[in-house]
Amino acid sequence: MSTYWIKNVSILGGAPTDLLLANGVIERVGAGISTSSTTEGVEEIDGTGLIALPGLVDLHTHLREPGREDAETVESGTRAAAMGGFTAVHAMANTEPVADTAGVVEQVWRLGREAGYCDVYPVGAVTVGLAGQQLAELGAMADSAARVRVFSDDGKCVSDAVLMRRALEYVKAFDGVVAQHAQEPRLTEGAQMNEGPLSGRLGLAGWPAVAEEAIIARDVLLAEHVGSRLHVCHVSTAGSVELIRWAKGKGVDVTAEACPHHLLLTDDLAATYDPIYKVNPPLRSTADAEALRAGLADGTIDIVATDHAPHPHEDKDCEWAAAAFGMLGLETALSIVQQTMVDPGLLDWAGVADRMSAAPARIGRVADHGRPIAEGEPANVVLYDPAATRVIDPAETQSLSRNTPYRGMELPGRVVATFLRGKATVLDGKIQ
Amino acid sequence: MKRHLLSAGDLTRDDAELILSTAAELRELADRPIKKLPALRGRTVVNLFFEDSTRTRISFEAAAKRLSADVINFAAKGSSLSKGESLKDTALTLEAMGADAVVVRHGASGAPHRLANSGWVRSSVVNAGDGTHEHPTQALLDAFTMSRHLGTGPKGSLDGRRIAIVGDVLHSRVARSNALLLHTLGAEVTLVAPPTLFPVGVESWPVEISYDLDAVIPKADAVMMLRVQRERMSGGFFPTAREYSRRYGLDGRRMATLQDHTIVMHPGPMVRGMEITADVADADRSVIVEQVTNGVAVRMAVLYLLLGGSEPAVGGEE
Repeated sequence: MSTYWIKNVSILGGAPTDLLLANGVIERVGAGISTSSTTEGVEEIDGTGLIALPGLVDLHTHLREPGREDAETVESGTRAAAMGGFTAVHAMANTEPVADTAGVVEQVWRLGREAGYCDVYPVGAVTVGLAGQQLAELGAMADSAARVRVFSDDGKCVSDAVLMRRALEYVKAFDGVVAQHAQEPRLTEGAQMNEGPLSGRLGLAGWPAVAEEAIIARDVLLAEHVGSRLHVCHVSTAGSVELIRWAKGKGVDVTAEACPHHLLLTDDLAATYDPIYKVNPPLRSTADAEALRAGLADGTIDIVATDHAPHPHEDKDCEWAAAAFGMLGLETALSIVQQTMVDPGLLDWAGVADRMSAAPARIGRVADHGRPIAEGEPANVVLYDPAATRVIDPAETQSLSRNTPYRGMELPGRVVATFLRGKATVLDGKIQ
Repeated sequence: MKRHLLSAGDLTRDDAELILSTAAELRELADRPIKKLPALRGRTVVNLFFEDSTRTRISFEAAAKRLSADVINFAAKGSSLSKGESLKDTALTLEAMGADAVVVRHGASGAPHRLANSGWVRSSVVNAGDGTHEHPTQALLDAFTMSRHLGTGPKGSLDGRRIAIVGDVLHSRVARSNALLLHTLGAEVTLVAPPTLFPVGVESWPVEISYDLDAVIPKADAVMMLRVQRERMSGGFFPTAREYSRRYGLDGRRMATLQDHTIVMHPGPMVRGMEITADVADADRSVIVEQVTNGVAVRMAVLYLLLGGSEPAVGGEE
């Protein structure tokens, strides 16, 4: 394994210093590293102008394998993750077959290990086949080699209140968490975009904010009642932020995520009728996006999660109603957080490290990720150049799919290198 | 004018007035023994209908044929929504056949917009009704009909005329297109429906809204009734058909409160006994059948203007 001597790098935006990554750990931190203190064959990296962050952790990734290997595989998805600065991703359960048994989660986990770009933590389905009828064998998935701790029917809401209560209670036995896709199904039948003045004009069936907020309100009350841990996926409305703030104020053990696209993009893009902007939950209003940013800044929203959702070209190259929901996100997440949070002064780099690494690792109960950049810690590190800019070209993605809504946009920042336990998965901005 | 007709909102007042005045010239043809002009000879118009529609398709077909265009009818039952051939592949097929204009009816809102803007085809795209979005040629023929009965001045201006549009606004592409076009033409539009059949955000439209039909129609110069599909009842938008008819249907009693000159319109197909009673539909003030005749003239004008007719449509030498 190579040894990397990163010179003159800024840890979390602090004063420039040096980092020595060797034997899978951060061996030295500080300007005092000398060549004599290093071994032979050390690879030097000029870190001038670069920020060092702990390897990013995504709590919400769709890797599509098994079942939709035409859209993404564990290997292609984790390559995209590495390019985005991630060293760990949680792979959502809505595969074919659904990840609702120990066998499927172990398969996904093993595929991640074999690919080697990123640690893959499978998310287990809450209910058998995501059907919302009967609890899946959550304990078996928790006890499997994949050690599942996050359970979600993402893509579908656990809408039955009794089933949700039981799931919240049951996962306490192994310190699990239920990550809820908050979408009241009856209020969103056929829904296509945020319900508001624009949906009425475009004749696209509206997806009201209350469909998300009603479920969140119910779930935080349930979590309080049974003393369980709840995580809310892809919060998209100002009202949801308000409810979570209220619940946290009451001491409810709830965490929440926001997606980069909900921080940056708004529902007016639907006027193009281009389904590249079709996503679940839908893009919302400017006021909603601002509330999400404020919530992420003050910690009401704990983390940024990508909801990276690859789809083959034909599922987006069609009329809006026929298209699939979802957009790519892994390779652009950090840039969008820089643009929406760091550059406007809402969050510093230490805050970014918390929202995109430490906090998601904590929620997912992942021990070796989200650690501080300090001597003796696992060498999961990303080097990021915040001064760079790039124009997003879908053809350059590592994903097998091309459905990025940022096509042609100029975004700030660039991941220069990603290290997973001291091994470079990205170097000089190139996948290794 | 733009190359496509996707939304009534895309039309400036000049555009709309040009279409209406061209239609007025073409309307005279309907009374001639020979109804055909050579204006679009050699051009190909494709009627691409992903949804069942009798009157709109026939109207476009008649319009294109009276301008001597070649017409291809393409009834693509089962869109990509039902895993048939995709909209894109259908479009590429038509493009390969050399269509100059594609008249598209589709169940998905925005499908004509996608057809026009995704680079799949080069031809002009005419929206003949998309989902619950728009139906701009219906609005044009409605405005044309109103102009003939209610218009003032040499252009048949609708400035200040009061138009009531009554019914399922939420799901109606006719209501959307009419609200936009009539506003552009200076008319004052009031939409009337039960609160469940208005879309969220309708306050931002350039119209008045009302839940009270009896309060609105005595002041109206035209009352346009929209079809209420029976399947809306299962959606719980209103309790029963009978209650809907009682509160929002146009019957003889309500018709008696109209001003003498007020016309009654309906885009069809009507559900007699639901939103309109038979005696109203067949009354002298009903212009429902005339709307159909005017539809051909308006669609002739649209096709003619979109396909680049800079010469006058009528009386121009070949």
